[in-house]
Amino acid sequence: MEMTRRDMFALAAGLAAVGLIQMPANASEDAVEAAIKKFAGGMPETGGVEIGAPEIAENGNTVPIEVAAAGATSIMVLAAGNPSPGVGTFHFTEMCAESRASTRIRLAGTQDIVAVAKMADGSTKMARREVKVTIGGCGG
Amino acid sequence: MLSRRDFLQTSFAASAIVGLSGFGNWAQLAAQQRLTQNQLLDFETTGNVTLVHLTDCHAQLMPVWFREPSINIGVGESAGLPPHISGKKFLDAYGLKAGTPEAYALTSEDFVALAREYGQIGGFDRISTVLKSIRADRPDALFLDGGDTWHGSMTALRTQGQDMVNVMNALKPDAMTSHWEFTYGIDRVTEIVDELPFPFLGANIFDSEWNEPAYDSHKIFERGGVKIAVIGQAFPYLPIANPGWMFPNLSFGIREQRMREVVEEVRGDGAELVVVLSHNGFDVDRKMASQVEGIDVILSGHTHDALPEPVQVGNTLIVASGSHSKFVSRLDLDVRDGGVKGFKFRLIPIFSDVIAPDPEMTALVDAQRAPFKAELGEVIGQTESLLYRRGNFNGTWDDLICQALLEEREADIALSPGFRWGPSLLPGDDITREDIYGATAMTYPNVYRSEMTGELIHTILEDVADNLFNPDPYYQQGGDMVRVGGMGYSIDVNKPIGSRISGMTLLKTGEAIDPGKSYVVAGWASVNEGTEGPPIYDLVEQYVARKGRIEITPNSAVKTTAG
Repeated sequence: MEMTRRDMFALAAGLAAVGLIQMPANASEDAVEAAIKKFAGGMPETGGVEIGAPEIAENGNTVPIEVAAAGATSIMVLAAGNPSPGVGTFHFTEMCAESRASTRIRLAGTQDIVAVAKMADGSTKMARREVKVTIGGCGG
Repeated sequence: MLSRRDFLQTSFAASAIVGLSGFGNWAQLAAQQRLTQNQLLDFETTGNVTLVHLTDCHAQLMPVWFREPSINIGVGESAGLPPHISGKKFLDAYGLKAGTPEAYALTSEDFVALAREYGQIGGFDRISTVLKSIRADRPDALFLDGGDTWHGSMTALRTQGQDMVNVMNALKPDAMTSHWEFTYGIDRVTEIVDELPFPFLGANIFDSEWNEPAYDSHKIFERGGVKIAVIGQAFPYLPIANPGWMFPNLSFGIREQRMREVVEEVRGDGAELVVVLSHNGFDVDRKMASQVEGIDVILSGHTHDALPEPVQVGNTLIVASGSHSKFVSRLDLDVRDGGVKGFKFRLIPIFSDVIAPDPEMTALVDAQRAPFKAELGEVIGQTESLLYRRGNFNGTWDDLICQALLEEREADIALSPGFRWGPSLLPGDDITREDIYGATAMTYPNVYRSEMTGELIHTILEDVADNLFNPDPYYQQGGDMVRVGGMGYSIDVNKPIGSRISGMTLLKTGEAIDPGKSYVVAGWASVNEGTEGPPIYDLVEQYVARKGRIEITPNSAVKTTAG
């Protein structure tokens, strides 16, 4: 896992603690699913998690994203198409006004951002959102 | 038949397509050669608010020819819906007849013959006459500029947009938004905006470092006793489609949630009418109207569509006012009890031979052009073919440019950007330097010559095709397909990215493009900093001067599968 704290600048409301996920290199969609299951203890239902991200990245090296889920105690973020999909997990305490965090991540190419939220009662939810990384240059 | 003052929101959707525009009855009159200025400007002033919309003029101060697209494919939910209809289908959809002035203004049907009959379109002195006439009816009409105003001509390029700023200031807009404006670089934009006597709006423009709004999102006006919020939305993909290094600290994007928040804010501040002055492009606006509650009107720009009726999405009216100074839209609204109770609309075509020039504006435009007059008018060659650009695939102007790239830079393959701007020329017309700049003037004009593998060329075509044909409008950037010279290909627009493009063939040998082999490619408008090579306008001028007469053979190198 190459990700450093420099790339994980959490600007979020609340003092979100950031943990890193250990992922094997060359992870595939299987690895993404495995990471989700390990975190959530199964495949969570879709919905109840917001992912804020540009539809098309202006710069794939630093893509601003935001995740939020009302009542979540933690939210794990994966970049499903990166060689190492693990981005990080935000933990929220009762001192956090809102379970919401934002950061900037690096995307190797067009891919889905996956966010999995764990609630106080142990239930889990997830969302996926595509971010396109494009060559650009022909709008107008 | 046009007095709909009392129609209610419940009837909003049903009454849209039939008969609300004023486009209808002057058609026959014109066909009888009796088209007059009064008929073009005739409008029964309605309600209490008037919006006037001009967008994407691309710095065209003088009357021009402009041929609308003959191919304008829609995908996904937009397939077959306006503005993705063209030619006879467009005429049928709006109940218009072939051969009439509106057929000439709105479609490519029989374009050359009708152009000779009805004359050139546009001219800022004619637009000034139209504005004065509307303001005589409604002195407090809001005049809103959708952007792509400072760019697209030789005089704009040479003055860094100053000619357009001078002329627009005289027309007194109430607000503007932007796209190509930023290609003069952030310092020049800031210099102009600091002096602008009206707001430069962009709710979706943020400082990329701190993620804070970089420009005013909106302005609230009181007109006709109505509190009106005008929210600006700049072109969302500026740093991707244009060189981001020219405005390095700005971030754009669609930012739907931001739009929702601004709409809620202005409603909270008591706005009774919410207008979005948008450079999103039509399909993005249509989706945004369906996703964001509380927008009454979207004045849509960027994709250069001209529609004789507003398109209604829920309770939102979307107005598309064309490009190249060809049209001005007038929308009268009856706003009462906190809502829109009725409207009347007219897309006014600026027939330059019918609408009298405003002499003050003629003088102001002439003054902008005076320092460049001899250069502008110099005849470089003649064309025997119709030259146009607009359409999803190569136009004849692009074929000329691609041929110039191939020959002047000795390349195997030419790539030319799918811009939607650039006026047309009729068969027999002189090609002046001004005409060449009309299709090429821009601030990153260098023509590169480099080697690319067949695989990379395929990737580029797939990437651009997805910007145009992604079924989700929020992923569309609003240009047309990249133009190609020296190579043919097939495209199935309904396939996903990576599998739309097939059958790539090098035309000079007839051989299939080899993914592993390198080809010499010449192209222009690279968004990369430090691109080297001669400016495209000089290269095209050199080519036209060498050829003398230009004749374009119909291009069948691109085979399309659509819907």
